[in-house]
Amino acid sequence: MIGYTISRLLQAIPILLIVSLIAFGIIHLIPGDAATVIGGPSATPADLARIRENLGLDQPLHIQILTFYANLFQGDLGRSLLLGIPVTEAVLARSPITIGIAIYSLVLTIVFGLATGIIAALNHNRWIDQAATVFALIGVSLPNFWLALVMIVLFSVHLGWLPTGGYVPFTQNPIGWFRTATMPAVALALLQAGLLTRITRSTMLEVLSQDYIRTARAKGISEWRVVGRHALANVMMPVVTVLGLILSVLLSGSIVIETIFGIPGIGALLGNAIASRDYPMIQGGLFFITAALLLLNIVVDVLYTSLDPRIRVTGGK
Amino acid sequence: MTSLSDAAAPPRFLRTRALVRRMFANRAFMLGFVLFGFICLATLLAPLITRLDPNALSIRDRFQPPSLQFPLGTDNLGRDMLSRVLYGARLSLWIGLCVIVLNAVFGVLLGALAGYYRRLDNILMRIADALMAFPAVLLAIGIAAALGPSAVTAIIALAVVYIPRTARVVRASILVVRELDYVQAARAAGATDYRILMRHILPNCMAPLIVQLSFVFAYAILSEAVLSFLGLGAPPTVPSWGILISEGRSYLREAAWLTVVPGLAIAITVLGLNLLGDGLRDVLDPRMKVEQG
Repeated sequence: MIGYTISRLLQAIPILLIVSLIAFGIIHLIPGDAATVIGGPSATPADLARIRENLGLDQPLHIQILTFYANLFQGDLGRSLLLGIPVTEAVLARSPITIGIAIYSLVLTIVFGLATGIIAALNHNRWIDQAATVFALIGVSLPNFWLALVMIVLFSVHLGWLPTGGYVPFTQNPIGWFRTATMPAVALALLQAGLLTRITRSTMLEVLSQDYIRTARAKGISEWRVVGRHALANVMMPVVTVLGLILSVLLSGSIVIETIFGIPGIGALLGNAIASRDYPMIQGGLFFITAALLLLNIVVDVLYTSLDPRIRVTGGK
Repeated sequence: MTSLSDAAAPPRFLRTRALVRRMFANRAFMLGFVLFGFICLATLLAPLITRLDPNALSIRDRFQPPSLQFPLGTDNLGRDMLSRVLYGARLSLWIGLCVIVLNAVFGVLLGALAGYYRRLDNILMRIADALMAFPAVLLAIGIAAALGPSAVTAIIALAVVYIPRTARVVRASILVVRELDYVQAARAAGATDYRILMRHILPNCMAPLIVQLSFVFAYAILSEAVLSFLGLGAPPTVPSWGILISEGRSYLREAAWLTVVPGLAIAITVLGLNLLGDGLRDVLDPRMKVEQG
């Protein structure tokens, strides 16, 4: 277990190094002079010189890379041009908001995706199954930001049930938090719930056709117990495997969703950074989210091996 | 020599008439075909469907709800939404098409190099791992933010994001096919690497590739909408679906159709492509798994 965890962490290091190099390279993708683009049309030569110095763009490339890594290892991702504070500080300050909504959305995804998938599989080829399949397909085909806007029109503008945007911290007012976080969480959850429904349904169908399920039924166990105890354990495995993917879609979706609902999380932070050409923030945010996802994926894989003895025996994938 | 290795090659999968019959019998494929075909046809025939210029202003007709004169209503400047959605489709579909062509070319090239030349495999796949560690849309946003907003930027950003995923699919199927007996036979017969790869291995890797490309097309349309929505796609003078949604966003209260209609167009297209992909997967190889995301 510990050995596997350590080997996974070691494997992540080269990936993390390339990821950071790509994040570092983003500012060098800017066509022409980066300082001119960042400074905008009104920048004076002195402004440009200051931008270059601040970002280290006046240094040779290899020095820039070395400085970047030296800073990175000290947790320094540079300083936001827009906010004037360190990127790490800004990201850490905003992350609880994004994490809160991500967890809410994840719970919705898993509960809804699993339930729909299992119900569909249990009613294989009946109308419930078809409805669930259609729902799942539509779910994976809708743009989530569009869904967010349609929900605003429906639930805020017409029905007036929920506020069009804004954010109330959970610690201040839990009900207020649910009122502001529900539409963003649902908008983020729908696509993944569709994905999960599809995976759960096909796995469940496969599991239900296995011999041990027939044996369990032959023993006279109630259908509820057959599904709940015998089948569910094996259906959970693919759920764990797609967790990483679900989290990745959740976090990247948060840029647009948080911007639409005016939620001050990491997503909105990045959205603003894009709008104001705050490249250190874009690079730092990109690296931070990806690094967090890599770690989460390792946690998921370790979880997976501890849940499934078959993988533990063969020593991981 | 040549005839020996040719005889060993399997028939090209697209040639079989049975396959076409299976496709037409597959409900998912047919539904996807109809939906996506409908969108493509509407896009191509846009000038016949509507006479109105998508950019013609008519302040008198602003915010008209859907009517006989304007089937999908008009926007804040009195522009006809039907023609804007139809002409917007051109850009969205064109970007999607460019992305899958780039995906096909570079995905096959890199996947073949990694799968066939094992020495390159490690380095290529580590780079692919790193690129795939980024959430897809996030990396595209990062690249597009640096390159500056344009349609070409969106194409490059989306291609960079999805090529590693396609290369993985190609590599995975090459790893299986290269061990088959007939490939060994071709090698024993003295065929060159290039010939083995092009004539014997790649044709048998086409099925997963085609399925993957249909999904990449769907993702590309969705992601392009996100990029446009964030102001990182084509400039607003050319309406793409994402831009139409972001323009409509300011008028959610008075004219919700401005937002709803282009989103529905995206949904129909992506749904069609997803169904096509599902159907193709069932028809070409039921056991096949495609990397999502």
